[in-house]
Amino acid sequence: MKREYTPNDFRNGSPVKWCAGCGDHAIFNSVLKALPEVADRLDIPRENFAFISGIGCSSRFVYYMNTYGFHIIHGRAAAIATGLKTARPDLSVWVCSGDGDSLAIGGNHFIHACRRNIDLNLILFNNEIYGLTKGQYSPTSKLGKVTKTSPFGTIEEPFSPAVLAIGAKASFVARTIDMELDLTKEMLVEGACHKGMAVTEALVNCVIFNNKTHADYAESKAIREERTIRLKHGEKMLFGAERNKGLVLDGLKLKVVTVGEDGYTLDDILTHDAHTEDTALHTMLASMRYPEYPVAVGVIRDVARPTYDSEVTRQIAEQQEREPNKTADDLFFGGETWEVK
Amino acid sequence: MSTVIRFSGDSGDGMQMVGNLFSESAAFAGYGVFTFPDYPAEVRAPQGTVAGVSGFQINFGTQAISHHGDKCDILVAMNPAALVAHSKYATATVTIIVDSDNFTKEAVAKVGYDIETLTEQLHLEECNIVEAPITQMTLDAVAAFELDRKSALKCRNMVVLGMTLGMYDISTEYAKKYITHKFATKNELVCRANISALEAGENYARNTHLVGEHHEKMGANALAKGVYRSINGNQAVAWGFIAAAEKSGRPLFCGSYPITPATGILEELAKHKALGVKTVQAEDEIAGICTAIGASFGGSLAVTTTSGPGLALKSEALGLAVMAQIPLVVVDVQRGGPSTGLPTKSEQADLLQAMYGRNGDCPLVVLTAHSPADCFDKAYMAAKIALERMMPVVLLTDGNLANGTEPWRVRGVADMPSITPPIVSREELAEKAECFNDNGLFKPYSANENLARYWAIPGTEGLEHRLGGLEKKPIAGSISYSPEDHATMGALRAERVARVAEMVPSVAIEGATEGDLLVLSWGSNVGKVSEAVAQLYGEGAKVAHATVELINPLQRGVADVMMRFKRVLVCESNSGQLASYLRSIVEHGDIRSLADMGAQPFAVDTLKKDILANLN
Repeated sequence: MKREYTPNDFRNGSPVKWCAGCGDHAIFNSVLKALPEVADRLDIPRENFAFISGIGCSSRFVYYMNTYGFHIIHGRAAAIATGLKTARPDLSVWVCSGDGDSLAIGGNHFIHACRRNIDLNLILFNNEIYGLTKGQYSPTSKLGKVTKTSPFGTIEEPFSPAVLAIGAKASFVARTIDMELDLTKEMLVEGACHKGMAVTEALVNCVIFNNKTHADYAESKAIREERTIRLKHGEKMLFGAERNKGLVLDGLKLKVVTVGEDGYTLDDILTHDAHTEDTALHTMLASMRYPEYPVAVGVIRDVARPTYDSEVTRQIAEQQEREPNKTADDLFFGGETWEVK
Repeated sequence: MSTVIRFSGDSGDGMQMVGNLFSESAAFAGYGVFTFPDYPAEVRAPQGTVAGVSGFQINFGTQAISHHGDKCDILVAMNPAALVAHSKYATATVTIIVDSDNFTKEAVAKVGYDIETLTEQLHLEECNIVEAPITQMTLDAVAAFELDRKSALKCRNMVVLGMTLGMYDISTEYAKKYITHKFATKNELVCRANISALEAGENYARNTHLVGEHHEKMGANALAKGVYRSINGNQAVAWGFIAAAEKSGRPLFCGSYPITPATGILEELAKHKALGVKTVQAEDEIAGICTAIGASFGGSLAVTTTSGPGLALKSEALGLAVMAQIPLVVVDVQRGGPSTGLPTKSEQADLLQAMYGRNGDCPLVVLTAHSPADCFDKAYMAAKIALERMMPVVLLTDGNLANGTEPWRVRGVADMPSITPPIVSREELAEKAECFNDNGLFKPYSANENLARYWAIPGTEGLEHRLGGLEKKPIAGSISYSPEDHATMGALRAERVARVAEMVPSVAIEGATEGDLLVLSWGSNVGKVSEAVAQLYGEGAKVAHATVELINPLQRGVADVMMRFKRVLVCESNSGQLASYLRSIVEHGDIRSLADMGAQPFAVDTLKKDILANLN
């Protein structure tokens, strides 16, 4: 019989130990709210959820969950989850990872999980800092960021996790903001129900070591309305409190315009196509940075292509159809053998 | 009585194939065989150069053969480069068969010799050199099939095969069956051309009365009754896992990254999707072991295969498997090191890496295989230990075992030992209140009487739990940094490994039961060391040999047997790693090391001298 769950069914009651004000609390709550809906939509029970996490503040996530969970070594969560999902396509496999975990030490596993399109649901907690080691710059820290290991400012161009995921051909890429609880929940439900590699970049605040790193575009609802754009498939790319600002294509670049100004009408505004295989516009949208552009949130990319795990299952079924009921003995005693009598 | 034959030629001359077919034909005829491919790391070095020479050695004889022999009695050299590169592997009275068509002034000059003085320069004056026009014979034999010259010349190795089989009256039936199977559906003409070349070679041997060394003494009755097949170590490892998966009811998963000389295991497993085997060719060595750990968490028999450099990369994840009590088999097919080292040469220098190469006190089971066929048994045993005791096991093989072949007596899975992983359901644990906390949640480090963590596989209702690499409170499995818990868990990790000794048979001793000298060996050296000791024992020396199969925990009986001898000599292809380890755990005052660091197999005759030197 199908079981119905509440958010509390998915937490084990251990005290949550993130700092007060940390953005991870908000993501945790959004996950708890998302899971009953995912269980319902995928029609799977709680015991078929598995959470895998690497190392870092966000990776403590699994210890608070009442699902199967595995807190592993630094950077390798995507690889462990790949093995788990390949072996067990019946499970809903989630990965909790940070910007250091997935983009520095685990960068290789991250891009290959995207490329393979293994059916994982990866939440990338992007606070643009190393929090657990107490404040060193990360691969997503803004250029010039002063930290303990960059006392004169960083000299490295940061990664955009969403851009990297799109470049590696992840089939689902979304972005959310810690304070947007409903948006986060929606992205996580969509990502979990998407067949294939789903990357949700969560812009989270580190109140201790990188406070207000996203504040310019995320601090308040009013600021978010003006400085972020919520992308929805099939809808015009509009933003602003009055929804009169929008994106148009100017040559090979995106450009922010105001409807009704400079001759631009609603018809000129781009319509979001999350389902196109082509990565060009998705990349441009994911690359937008404040203040030149609004920061894109919502589902940036959502394309259908065969998943790694389902292809493995398909090949096995094909081979088993070709050689039904084959056993190890058939292999060992078949082919070139001889008998000594 | 045994004879050693070595084939050598350009990398493209098909020497590996002729070697394999000769050994399989000999085995088919009832001989004991053991092979040793000796090929360069480069895929196709320039033709006719010493760097491009590929060799294949076979030791075959009237009894079961346990190694590939020392120097060869018969050497086939397809060109001057092959002769120059491999004549050093020949006995002083070797019969050398050369393709005389290829021994031109220019070809000999290309490798830096003068055709007039070649035999003197290579010190081959006492050899019996057979100058056979192999190229011309091939062209004549296949003329009827109108192949282009390049395709025609590809049949040269079949002339060689026919010739050498003919020298020993070994039937070409097996080879013909193989050729027909390989080519018949692809290219009928090529198939017939190869068979014609094979027959031409056989006729040449008979017509010229070319008779092999020891030929008249070699009746073939080497093997016990049973069904046999030729198997190499990599294939045997793969099949051992396939058998263990079927026996245990756990699906088989292999996550690996290609690396010489281990790749053959991944390649073999990738073929068997019909048996439900899943393989992931991972993005790197770390992902190889991590995908395996993930699959194991999900309930699979999970393995990862690698060589020394890859084991180094996997070490952190191995520590996680120890910490989280994850069943896993890591196969290290050792090659020469350090660093990239000697990819195609064999060494035993990863032993201490396997033992100690992790952060923290991180004990795990280290098991070894000592012959290609034994690779099957040890892979099976490694899987049984991993699954029943919920722990990672490192299985050490090496390049010689991986590529060497010998006859393997085939057994059915029904005749193999049982494998019973401690899989549990909520109902099965209902009586065990100690497995649940006050809130009714499962304590993930609950264990059975063998200290094996209960395996609650995702999808099992009511046993949801979290594992991890952080130190844990015993049984409860919550994070704990307390000194008491860390000490308790550390002792538990050691005890879990120690208890595995009971799963592996005690060491077997060959020769004297007590006396002056015990010789120990492991891995691919066992065959030669065992034979050297057997010969000395037969000559009256109070010497014995034992094979160390389980290194951590130390196999039962090894320490006791050592104490019955005045001296212990450990023969191994490294700087003395097993000897050093034994000195650290066995209180015996005279443990000596016979260490060879040349990344080449021991030779029986030099071994005998070295052992004698330690005997007196």
